[in-house]
Amino acid sequence: MTQLSTLTDEAMLDRLQCAAFGYFVQNMNPRNGLVADTSRDNSPVSIAVVGFALSSYPVAVERGWMERADAVQRTLAALRFFRDSDQSGSPTATGFKGFYYHFLDIHTGARVWMSELSMIDTALLIAGVLTASMYFMADTPDEVELREVADFLYRRIDWCWAQDDGDTIKQGWKPESGFLHYGWEGYSEAIVLYVLALGSPTYPIKGDSYTAWTATYQWENLYDHDYLYAGPLFVHQFSHAWIDLRGIRDSFMREKDFDYFENSRNAVSIQRRYTQLNPHEFAGYDENCWGLSAGDGPTDEKPDVFNEDRRLFGYAARGVPYGPDDGTLSPSAVLASLPFAPERVLEAMRNMLTRYPQMLTDDRLSSSFNPTVGASDGQPWVSAGHYGLDQGIVLMMIENHRSQFIWQLTSACRYISDGLQGAGFEGGWLRQGNPGGAH
Amino acid sequence: MSSFDASVTTPQDAYEDKRLADVHPQAWVNPEPADRYALIIVGAGSAGVAAAELAIAMGIKVAMIERHLIGGTCLNTGCVPSKALIRTSRLYAEMRDAARYGAKVPDNIQVDFAAAMDRVRRIRSHLSGGSSVRRLAALGVDMFFGNARFAGPDTLMVNEQKLRFAKALIATGTRPHVPTIPGLREAGFLTNANVFNLTELPQRLLVIGGGPVGCELAQAFRHLGAQVTIVQDKPLFLEKEERDAAQILSDAFARDGIEVRLNTEVTAVRMVNGHKLVDLVSADYHSTIEVDAILTGVGRAPNVQGLDLEVAGVDYDADNGIGVDDFLCTSNPRIYAAGDVCLEEQYTDTAAASARIVVHNALMRGRKRLSKLVIPWCTYTDPEIAHVGMYVREANRKGIPVKTFTVPMHQIDRAVTDSEEIGFVKIHIRDGTDTILGATIVARHAGEMINEITLAMVAGIGLRTLAKVIHAYPTQAEAIREAAKAYVRTRITQRLRSRLQRWLAR
Repeated sequence: MTQLSTLTDEAMLDRLQCAAFGYFVQNMNPRNGLVADTSRDNSPVSIAVVGFALSSYPVAVERGWMERADAVQRTLAALRFFRDSDQSGSPTATGFKGFYYHFLDIHTGARVWMSELSMIDTALLIAGVLTASMYFMADTPDEVELREVADFLYRRIDWCWAQDDGDTIKQGWKPESGFLHYGWEGYSEAIVLYVLALGSPTYPIKGDSYTAWTATYQWENLYDHDYLYAGPLFVHQFSHAWIDLRGIRDSFMREKDFDYFENSRNAVSIQRRYTQLNPHEFAGYDENCWGLSAGDGPTDEKPDVFNEDRRLFGYAARGVPYGPDDGTLSPSAVLASLPFAPERVLEAMRNMLTRYPQMLTDDRLSSSFNPTVGASDGQPWVSAGHYGLDQGIVLMMIENHRSQFIWQLTSACRYISDGLQGAGFEGGWLRQGNPGGAH
Repeated sequence: MSSFDASVTTPQDAYEDKRLADVHPQAWVNPEPADRYALIIVGAGSAGVAAAELAIAMGIKVAMIERHLIGGTCLNTGCVPSKALIRTSRLYAEMRDAARYGAKVPDNIQVDFAAAMDRVRRIRSHLSGGSSVRRLAALGVDMFFGNARFAGPDTLMVNEQKLRFAKALIATGTRPHVPTIPGLREAGFLTNANVFNLTELPQRLLVIGGGPVGCELAQAFRHLGAQVTIVQDKPLFLEKEERDAAQILSDAFARDGIEVRLNTEVTAVRMVNGHKLVDLVSADYHSTIEVDAILTGVGRAPNVQGLDLEVAGVDYDADNGIGVDDFLCTSNPRIYAAGDVCLEEQYTDTAAASARIVVHNALMRGRKRLSKLVIPWCTYTDPEIAHVGMYVREANRKGIPVKTFTVPMHQIDRAVTDSEEIGFVKIHIRDGTDTILGATIVARHAGEMINEITLAMVAGIGLRTLAKVIHAYPTQAEAIREAAKAYVRTRITQRLRSRLQRWLAR
């Protein structure tokens, strides 16, 4: 196979995007449409990964990687599963109040790992559900059913309940102990969550809860860039995967004369500056080798050994500039910044792929690599297998860079434009209105 | 190992004899009271002593009543002993980490805990001279030891002696607040009141509470070789501080090998066959750990009991202490309060500053306000976490547009040369101006650095001026100037851009 780095930008991106899509084909249970969190043995389902899978099928159809009928069946399988799932909120159910547990058994769909009922992961799932429903608009029985079930799933979610009478949305809930006692603080990937919660025709939260969340933002000047601070790179990407935040502004961004898209571009500059400064002197770091984000990583933790000094953090949300930083980088976090800073991202990807080809298997990016913690033969440590979240965000952001296709689908969704307006977003494509917008 | 004996008392050595002779001599005989005092101060801690010194300097006749030890928490069971202990603990941490500084790690590092504690007591005893009863008496203070209680709106009783006052200041401070956990009292525990009496290191220590004192002592004991678990019922340590500061501290704890249990509560302490077992729960995850000692009471409760405040018409609350207005006056216009017993900010210097406000307001018809104080504070972990003024969330809540200029310490040469590049300087300004609203510094010596920002705030100096202040190179405080310079760059860019546009438009 031709070396990726020798291809043109377009051909290289096509290969990477197609390979990322392959993850969803290979790690899906066709009986219920659920997709595994990782490609590792016995991985449970992550509901967020299902959201990415549902968003990827329309792309695959458009790009000729999958037959429309096949894509419809895969989508319907998942939607029907969630429609019929156990919503009792019991410890082994699938969901409650229209939300779903973070991790599910891939065969039965029952909750595993005592995971929490996750508000953000449900939002990522439902964003995928709505994306699919905006694409499969044909007047066939299957596609009609697909749209009806999608609408049902969205309308069933009781976003108000997830506020637990507080100002902001809670992060999670467990049948054993109730709501997790912390909410969203600081800028995060939660814009998509708030937009969906505000756009709901059934259980909308109030606009002031969005303001209550943005009141926890930190507006900073770092490395000479004005910046709405968030450390890990994925925070600057996830909401953008589904929502075209170019040129539209909420009250916070109007005050700063800025927008979230520009902010994500600055996030790239700040990552580049940080890895160039490389405060902890890790191997490989430079302005074309960056990507501190949430993901897998090497660990020095030993089971049942307490009070050991730790230098490596395993799965963690690594961030810039305050850490944690143990020399681990996420190549998918670099690639997913493509729409914001295409030239810098492509330059970095080519550089990283050339220097550390081990990060790529079957043209698919590993969750992370760490050149400092290499084996004795000079090879970097590389996370085993693949993570669905990485493949999903890579696929969607390459698509948004290439064609803005996902953004076009979701911009026509009234729930999303209503939600954005409820959050106080104005201008840009919202100004034109969406008379033809569909539910 | 047998259960650790937490009922330790202070070793009776020469240091202790000297300290007691200074701060509560056995043979002290209370003086004959005057007919009426212009000011009676209840409590001889940081606030009380500061008030006495100022009042005496103004020629006012003062009596002071102390139940226990002059110097209060700060000298005896707080800042002074804890900072002395932290210094030794940092040294051991650096010895183990010597390779980081290009030095040889000493062979076989063994912590001499008794020597560390011996030093703590020596330093505490050395510093007690400044609070000695002889010094206060020589200044002209009538010093009474005993339990004080109010016998009327202008009368206090010390033991059976009656003291009348024109004005009184309540500065009784706080004591450790011990959480109600089943089995805790039976199993025994340490608080700041007795932890500095230890002469033997508890091998396994549980710290309950992730506030400043809990964090400082957890890290100090870890550096001294104990296996430390810290339990905090919140998602982060130092609830009040900025998220990034608290996150850096969590990471530092993980690196130190402290077992961090966030979002976790202690549900019970059990003694089973001489073993001290502690039951923990985090959401739905239950676990049990075995420890040798438990440090708790790191929260504080105001000392308001036994004073018969009702008799004097002074309103108070068992949790929040004595109610005061912005002038520090209580519900009885003759009686004021200062220091930890009435303040949210419980720091030595704030106590002293509030006490001086009281002297002005009570005796000189002053109208000085507590809310005008600019109060810095610092948690002396490694790295230290210091703050002054407003937090971003506070500014947001008040609708003040706020912008933060951030300089990571890894951009500062001296931090790099000293391998102390963890941390940051964040200066919060009112967006669109250079007015400093507040600042947070996380750095090895953040406590020293924050003073420059405090000075700027008190003097009304903005970032524009700070940017002109040449700092000695290389110093870590340059981070403050770098933040100010970043501000100036944002202004220059805009000005230049508009000038250029005007020029091009000609």
